[in-house]
Amino acid sequence: MENLIGLLVAAPLLGAALLLCGGRRLDGKGHYIGTALAAASFVIGAVLFADMLGRGEHDRALHSKVFSWIPVGGFRADVAFQLDQLSMTFVLLITGVGTLIHIYSIGYMEHDERRRRFFGYLNLFLAAMLLLVLADNYLLLYVGWEGVGLASYLLIGFWQHKPSAATAAKKAFIVNRVGDVGLSIAIMLMFTTFGTFTFAPVLTDVDNASEGKLTAIGLMLLLAACGKSAQVPLQSWLGDAMEGPTPVSALIHAATMVTAGVYLITRSGAIFESAPDAQTAVVTVGAVTLLFGAIVGCAKDDIKKALAGSTMSQIGYMILAAGLGPIGYVFAIMHLVTHGFFKAGLFLGAGSVMHGMNDEVDMRKYGGLRKYMPVTFVTFGLGYLAIIGFPGLSGFWSKDKIIEAAFAKGGTEGWILGGAALLGAAITAYYMTRVMLLTFFGEKRWVPDEAGNEPHPHESPSSMTIPMIVLAVGSVFAGGLFSLNDSFLKWLEPVTGHSHGDSPLSAATVTAGTMVVLVIGVALAWAQYGRRPVPRTAPRGSLLTRAARRDLLQDDFNHVALVKPGQYLTRGLVYVDHKLVDGVVNGTAAGVGGLSGRLRKLQNGYARTYAVSMFGGAAVLIAATLLMRAV
Amino acid sequence: MNPVNYLYLAALLFTIGAAGVVIRRNAIVLFMCVELMLNACNLAFVTFSRLHGNLDGQIIAFFTMVVAAAEVVVGLAIIVTVFRSRHSASVDDASLMKL
Repeated sequence: MENLIGLLVAAPLLGAALLLCGGRRLDGKGHYIGTALAAASFVIGAVLFADMLGRGEHDRALHSKVFSWIPVGGFRADVAFQLDQLSMTFVLLITGVGTLIHIYSIGYMEHDERRRRFFGYLNLFLAAMLLLVLADNYLLLYVGWEGVGLASYLLIGFWQHKPSAATAAKKAFIVNRVGDVGLSIAIMLMFTTFGTFTFAPVLTDVDNASEGKLTAIGLMLLLAACGKSAQVPLQSWLGDAMEGPTPVSALIHAATMVTAGVYLITRSGAIFESAPDAQTAVVTVGAVTLLFGAIVGCAKDDIKKALAGSTMSQIGYMILAAGLGPIGYVFAIMHLVTHGFFKAGLFLGAGSVMHGMNDEVDMRKYGGLRKYMPVTFVTFGLGYLAIIGFPGLSGFWSKDKIIEAAFAKGGTEGWILGGAALLGAAITAYYMTRVMLLTFFGEKRWVPDEAGNEPHPHESPSSMTIPMIVLAVGSVFAGGLFSLNDSFLKWLEPVTGHSHGDSPLSAATVTAGTMVVLVIGVALAWAQYGRRPVPRTAPRGSLLTRAARRDLLQDDFNHVALVKPGQYLTRGLVYVDHKLVDGVVNGTAAGVGGLSGRLRKLQNGYARTYAVSMFGGAAVLIAATLLMRAV
Repeated sequence: MNPVNYLYLAALLFTIGAAGVVIRRNAIVLFMCVELMLNACNLAFVTFSRLHGNLDGQIIAFFTMVVAAAEVVVGLAIIVTVFRSRHSASVDDASLMKL
């Protein structure tokens, strides 16, 4: 069984290699190869899962060493995989949702002449993400981490002929790089502190390290997680990443990439538990981001950007839960899985809408689409109900638990975090209802574009609708299934541990509170967008709305605080380089050149002149010798 | 007669030869001046041999004559070739080796 773990990564990696090196010969069938290998990885994952269920709770983890990567003296780094319940959960989510997105892309990218390459990148993405969650040490995890960064860059900038897409890809890559620096510093600190970076020794040895060091490692890991999971302050790339094809957004937001930060923090839980300051930083980042993303999501008219704000907010919930310690780990991962279902479904639904609307993304130009796209409407609607936490659907089970856990943190902190999570739930209900109403309800608001092409909204082909249906089923039932007999809790507990905490509010009170804010959020959205006709151009809006449309000024802040000083610095350096360094170099060169120009005149080609200089030289030598003798 | 006088003569001959090399342009004359300098050296060698009472200087004078003979052979050949191709024996005309 252990040998199968390597195959999990190898299958999509082989797909990427085949499709990217295979050339045009594979253009016709490349997408089938890519999808088949992703599905193969899912099947292997399912086999391993069945095998794992057959074993006792405490010996479910598998370990497989593939080869010794860097054996240098006392330093050892192995390519070795570790498959425990936590990794298994991720493997099934990544390969399962990933495969569905592959299938969807067959239809969505049908008219793109670079479809083979697209599937190669998708496979690369899956392989990197699987490597990330299967690695048994932080260095190998880092390899996967960077692979994910590379694949996201390639995919966000897939339509690189659009300057906006090329810029968005660069932005995502650079912002991620900032986080990557955090991870590499964390790994170095781990090596100096523990002498190794394999999970098992590092995470069991935390008691022997000083709290200061652990806090430093924790903060660096948090920085890494912020970059990959688009958390404040490294969140700015996520909105622009919508420039990529829609399946890429679904893949980034649901199955891969942004979940990496949650995985990293959950996996490194032992470090954070011994460093309360780092833990406080994690929950703060989570709480701030869940509100930030939700507010941004309220103001966006671009359907994909509204969903992007929503992802940021939902990942904020997960980071918050992961920062709560053993009270929250299980729910962070549970929300991650349910979110994987409904967010992938929502993005694929958004893609289906765009597919039918000539790639229009402005929701103010949709309206009344439920009649034209019934399947998309129903699947999107189920995803919507799941994300706002409608009782019984997936999001309800997982988000409710996170809010409960936030209150259970205890003290003032617990009240603040719980309050933020509740407020976030209200805003979530508001902006998702807004998306729903603007897109599928009300009057039709689309008109022919300048070229006179009127959109003819139509249902998408079955290759696109089937994945959406599967994901909708997941969005409806996954949460309930996980909560039945606390099955998900029992499944993950041996790895992450769990404690109930001591909540000032009873579970029923929290659920009731969640329901109340849910109703308020939906009602507000209905009052604003359901009751009255929606204007085709956005009204000016309040100050907050305008700020939220500009992503709460995140880019302006980055521009003023980071880009401008950076530009001044580089300009200064260029000036010094130009004037000082170049001056010295060029001056020396000019001096030598001038001198040689003079000396060159001595070479006049007349043999007699040379003879004179020879005699002169000889005379000087003789005179010198005589003088020395005389003295 | 004082042998030192021979040295004065040798110095004089050498100076005449050197001046000729520097001043004259005709390759043949230049050549003759070089011979003059060589023979001035020979004279000095022989004189020193006499002054020190051994034969070293005289032996070296013979060597010089042999080398000079060889040099004349090669040098004259070059001069004749240059004259044939350029119709001039002036060393200033052959001033191609400059930038």
